[in-house]
Amino acid sequence: MNRFAAIIKRDLALAFRAGGGAVQGVIFFALTAVLFALAVGPSLSLLSKIAAPILWTGALLATQISLDQIWRADREDGSLDVLVETSDMLAVTALAKAIAHWLATALPLIIAAPLLGVLLNLPENVIAPLVLSLLIGTPGLSLIGCIAAALTVSLPRAHLLISIIVSPLYAPLLIFGAGAAMAEPGSAQVAANLMLLGATTLFAAIISPLASAAALRSNLD
Amino acid sequence: MVFFNDLANPVHFDRYTRWLFPAALGLAVLTGGAGLYFALFGSPADYQQGDSVRIMYVHVPAAWMAMACYSSMAIASVVGFIWKHPLADVAAKQTAPIGAGFTALALITGALWGKPMWGAWWVWDARLTSVLILFFLYLGYIALWRAIPDKARAARLAAILAIVGFVNVPIIKFSVDWWNSLHQPASIIRADGPSIDAAMLTPLFLMIAGYMSAYVAMLLASMKNELAARRLARLLSAGEEQMAGLVER
Repeated sequence: MNRFAAIIKRDLALAFRAGGGAVQGVIFFALTAVLFALAVGPSLSLLSKIAAPILWTGALLATQISLDQIWRADREDGSLDVLVETSDMLAVTALAKAIAHWLATALPLIIAAPLLGVLLNLPENVIAPLVLSLLIGTPGLSLIGCIAAALTVSLPRAHLLISIIVSPLYAPLLIFGAGAAMAEPGSAQVAANLMLLGATTLFAAIISPLASAAALRSNLD
Repeated sequence: MVFFNDLANPVHFDRYTRWLFPAALGLAVLTGGAGLYFALFGSPADYQQGDSVRIMYVHVPAAWMAMACYSSMAIASVVGFIWKHPLADVAAKQTAPIGAGFTALALITGALWGKPMWGAWWVWDARLTSVLILFFLYLGYIALWRAIPDKARAARLAAILAIVGFVNVPIIKFSVDWWNSLHQPASIIRADGPSIDAAMLTPLFLMIAGYMSAYVAMLLASMKNELAARRLARLLSAGEEQMAGLVER
C-alpha cells in the first residue's frame, strides 16, 4: 500500500511542479469551450442547450491529449523498467498510475467545469448533474486511456494513434455522461445514466489494470 | 487441440488450405449465387417496403459478418496471446481488414436502405452508431498493427486491444433492446421463432452461408499471402546478410 501511495504522490509532484502538464490540460479544456462557442455563435438559448455536451466532449479531449504522458515519461527516464521489474503485481502499479493521472488531469477539469458552464450559459440546475457525471465518468476515461498509453509506449510518438484507439472505447462513457447532464434535472433519467456510467467506469477499473500490465510486459520484452 | 497444434506448422497449413480454399470459394459461389437468385427473383416483395426490402439480403448478412469477424478476431487473439500460436496471430491480423470491409458494406447498404425507408441516409440510432463504432475499432486495431514494426510484439499488443474492444460486440447485439430506436428489433433469432416469412428466410440464410464461406476463402487466401510475404522477407534479409559477408571477404 505504501508503494501504491508513493507512486501516486510522485506522479502528482511531477504533474504539478514546473514542466508538468496538469495546468495545460485545464487551459486546453477552457479553449475547447471557447472554440465551440465561437463556432456556434452568440445565441445564448442554443448555447445553454448544448453547454453540457460541449463540456463533456471538451473534458474527454483534454484527457485524451494527456494520455501519452502516462507511461512515456517513465520509459524515457528509465523508471518504467524499475516499476515493471520491482512490481509483484504490475496491475496494481498500473491502477496507481491511472489514479494519479485522474487526480492530476481530470480533477482540475471538474473544478473548472462549473466556471466554464457559466461562460456557456449552462442552466444552474444542470451544474450538479454535470459535475457528478464528470466525477463518476472521468475515472473511466483515465483507466481506458491507461491501456492505450501502455499499448503504444514503445513507439516514438503516439498522440494520434492513442486517440484513434481510445475514442471508440470512450463512446459509452460519453453517451451516459452527457446523457446524465442532458436529461431533465431531477428525473429518473439522470439517475439511470449515472448508474450506467458508474457501471462502465467500474468495468474499466477491472479491465484496465490487467490489460495495461499485459501491454507493458509485451512492450518491454 | 491436436489439429490446432498441427496447424502451427506452416507446411501443414499449406496442405490444409490446398483443398479448404477451393472448397470454401466454391461454396461461396454456389450459396451466394443461389441466394442472389432467390433474393432478386425468387422471393416476394414486402407489402410495405416494396422491392427495396431486397437490400436486406445484402445488408443483414454483412452486419452479421461485421460482428462475427470481430468475434473470431478476438478468439484468435486469445489463442494467439495465451498459447503463442503463430497462425492464430496471423488469422486475427488478416481478419481485421475483411471484417472492416463487411462493416463498411453493412453501413453503406444500410444508408442506401435508410434513405427510401426513413428519409435519411444516416440517423443516430443506437444500432447504427454502435456499428459505426465497431468500424472504428477495426481501424484502430489495424492502425496499431501497422505502427509497431516488430511482428511478434505487434501481435501481442494488438491481441490485447482486440480483447478489450470485444466488450463492444455484446453491446451492439443488445443495444436494440436497451435503447428504443428507429431500427427494427431483432427479427430472426427470437425466443418465439423468427418473425419474418419463410420465403424471405431462404435467400437470407443462403446469403449468410455465402458470406461466411466467402470470409473463410478470403481469410485463407490472405493468410497464405501474409505467410509467403514473411517467408520472402526472411529470405531477403538472409540473402542480404550473405551478400554483406561476401563483400567483407
